[in-house]
Amino acid sequence: MSKPVIATASLAGCFGCHMSILDIDERILDLIELVEFHKSPIDDIKTFSKPCDIGLIEGGCCNSENVEVLRTFRKNCRILVSLGECAIMGGLPAMRNSIPLRECFDEAYLHGLTIDPAAPKVIPGDEDLPLILDKVYPNHEVVRVDHFLPGCPPSADLIWKALTALLERKPLDIPYPLIKFD
Amino acid sequence: MGRKITIEPVTRVEGHGKVTIHLDDKGRVARTRFHVVEFRGFERFVQGRPYWEAPVLVERLCGICPVSHHLAAAKAMDIVAGVGPDDLSPTAEKMRRLMHYGQMFQSHALHFFHLASPDLLFGADADPAIRNVIGVALQYKDLAVQGVLMRKFGQEIIKATAGKKIHGTGAVPGGINKNLSAEERDAFLKVPAPMNADHMIAWAQGAVDFFKDYHKKNKNLIDGFAAFPSNHLSLVRKDGALDFYHGVLRAVDAGGRKILNDVDYSGYLDHIGEEVKSWSYMKFPYLKALGKQDGWYRVGPLARLNTCDFIPTPLAQKEFEAFRAYTNRKPNNMSLHTHWARLIETLHSAEVIKGLLEDPDLQGDDLVRKGRKRHEGVGLVEAPRGTLFHHYRINDDDQITMANLIVSTTNNNEPMNRAVHWVAMNVLDKQKEITEGMLNRVEIAIRAYDPCLSCATHALGRMPLEVELYDGRGERIDRKTK
Ligand code: SF4
Repeated sequence: MSKPVIATASLAGCFGCHMSILDIDERILDLIELVEFHKSPIDDIKTFSKPCDIGLIEGGCCNSENVEVLRTFRKNCRILVSLGECAIMGGLPAMRNSIPLRECFDEAYLHGLTIDPAAPKVIPGDEDLPLILDKVYPNHEVVRVDHFLPGCPPSADLIWKALTALLERKPLDIPYPLIKFD
Repeated sequence: MGRKITIEPVTRVEGHGKVTIHLDDKGRVARTRFHVVEFRGFERFVQGRPYWEAPVLVERLCGICPVSHHLAAAKAMDIVAGVGPDDLSPTAEKMRRLMHYGQMFQSHALHFFHLASPDLLFGADADPAIRNVIGVALQYKDLAVQGVLMRKFGQEIIKATAGKKIHGTGAVPGGINKNLSAEERDAFLKVPAPMNADHMIAWAQGAVDFFKDYHKKNKNLIDGFAAFPSNHLSLVRKDGALDFYHGVLRAVDAGGRKILNDVDYSGYLDHIGEEVKSWSYMKFPYLKALGKQDGWYRVGPLARLNTCDFIPTPLAQKEFEAFRAYTNRKPNNMSLHTHWARLIETLHSAEVIKGLLEDPDLQGDDLVRKGRKRHEGVGLVEAPRGTLFHHYRINDDDQITMANLIVSTTNNNEPMNRAVHWVAMNVLDKQKEITEGMLNRVEIAIRAYDPCLSCATHALGRMPLEVELYDGRGERIDRKTK
C-alpha cells in the first residue's frame, strides 16, 4: 500500500506554524517513514501531480495569490486543515482589517522615518507584484476547511497527535491541555 | 526579440519572493530584479496598541527567528520604561542573552543542516527529488539526527527562557518575566550526551570542520560564486568583539576602511536611509553618508565577521583567525563564505550558552526594573540573518504612535539583487535555453543570504522555482519548473 500523502503551504503566516511542525524533533524521522511529502516548502514539488490525503495550511489570505493557492489545495486535498490562528481567523496580519489599506501603504512607504522626504513618492505597484486584498480573510471564508488546530503556533504535540489520528483515520480526540494555549 | 524570464518560487501563487530577468534581442541580460511580494502593514496597525504589547505582537512577523523581534522590541521598550541598556539587572540581561544565543544556535543549525547541507552533500546539479532535507534524512541519517537535535537544543533553551519555543513571552519592558531555576539549568548541563552543552560545542566544531574540508575540495565554487565587493554593517561590542545582543553600529567598506565608526544606534536615523522602488514591497536601505547608489551594504554572518575585531570565546576565535587570514584580514566578499561564517557563529553560540548556563546570575530574582517613562525608544539586535532595527514612539496614554522597522532581510535587499544579477550575467547571459542548473544557481545565490524571504517564507527548504521565457510580444516561449 502506498504511503499517505501530505502537502503544506504558508499563506499570510509567519512560518512559525511550519517551525512548530519541525519541533516534533526526532519524530520527524518517523514521519518521513510514515508519509510522503508532496507540494510543500520543504521540498521541490511546486504543482500538484497527484491527489493528497492531507493539506496543512498556515496563514490566512491577504493577497490574490493566497486565494489561488488555497483553492488549489482544496481541489487536491482530501482533508484540509487550518493550522494556527492566522489560518483560523487571520491572526496578527488581520489586525489591519479595521484600517483602510491605503493608510497601511502610506505609513510604510511615505511616512517612514528612514524615507528621504525629498525623494519622489513611491508606493509599490507592479505587474510582478500580487494585489493585496482589502482585508485579511480566514481560510474557511474562502474554501471549506475540515479541521482547525488552534495555537500561535499549535504546539508540536498537538500537530503530532492530530496528524497521527488523521493518518490512522481515527477521530481527532485531542486532550484539552493541547488545545488551550498561551 | 527581447525576452523576460520570470523565476517564481513556489509557483506564482504561493511565493513571497520572485525573480525576473529581462533579456534583449541578442539574449543579453538587460535587467534583473528580485521582488518581495508580501506586505503586512505592521507600521500602521500597531498604532494605538499599548507599548508593552510590542514584544509579543511583532515577533509574529517571523516565526523563524521570533526571538530577534521579541528582543529588539523589548530593548526599545526598555528605553520607554526608563531603563537604559546598562540599567537592566544582570539576571534580566543574561536571561535575554541566553534566549538570543539559543535562537542563534537553532536558526543557524536549521540553515546548515536542513537547507545548505543538501547542496553540499548531493551537489548543486543533483536530482532535485533527493536534494532536500528528506533526502538527507534518508541517506545520511546520522547527520540528519545531529541537525534535528542541535535545533532541538536551541529550541529548548528558548523554551526555558521565553516559556515557549515559538512566540514566547520572556522579555518585558525593563527586564524579564522569569529566571532559570537550577533544575532547568541542569537539564542542559548535567544530562548524558548528546543533549548537553558540551556535546553541542563538539557538534558545532564538527560542522565547521566539515565545511572547511568541503571548501578545500571545492575552492572554485565556494570562492568564486556570486563574489562581489560591498560594504558590511553590524553591531559590535564597545571593545570590537562579536556580540549578537548589544553594541554600537559599525560599517566597513569592501577594503576594510571604517565608514561608520562605532556609533550609538539610537541615532540610526542620521546614518541609515531607505529607498522605495515600485517593483518590490521591500525597501532598499543605504548609508546616508555614501548615498543611495553606493551606500548599500551586506548584513548577517559574513558582515559580522568582517566588522568585528575578535570573537570572545576561544574555539570560535581560533576559527575566526583562520577565516580572517584567508582574505589577509581584509573583508571577505564571497557570498558562499557566509556558510563558513555562519558555522563559526554556531560554535560561538554554543560556547556562550555554556558560559551563561554556568553563571549563577541566572538564578537571581531581580527581574524587572523601572525608571522614568520616555516617549521614544530604539532597539537593535543582531538577528541570525543580520542587523534588526526597531524604533517606536509612544503617547501619554502609553499607546504606540509610530513604528519603524528595518528587518535583516530588508538590509540584504540590494545584496540579494546583486547576487541574482551576478548569476544572470555569469550563467544566463546569451543562453537560448534555460536548464535546470541555471535555475539552481539563482536559487543558491539567494539562499546564501537569506533562506527566509520577507522574514517569513521559504524557510524550510529549497525554493521550488518556475522560470518562464517570454518573447518581445509577451508570448510565453519556454517554461521550466523544478
Ligand atoms: S498562527 Fe502564529 S505561528 Fe502560525 S503563522 Fe500565524 S503568527 Fe505565525
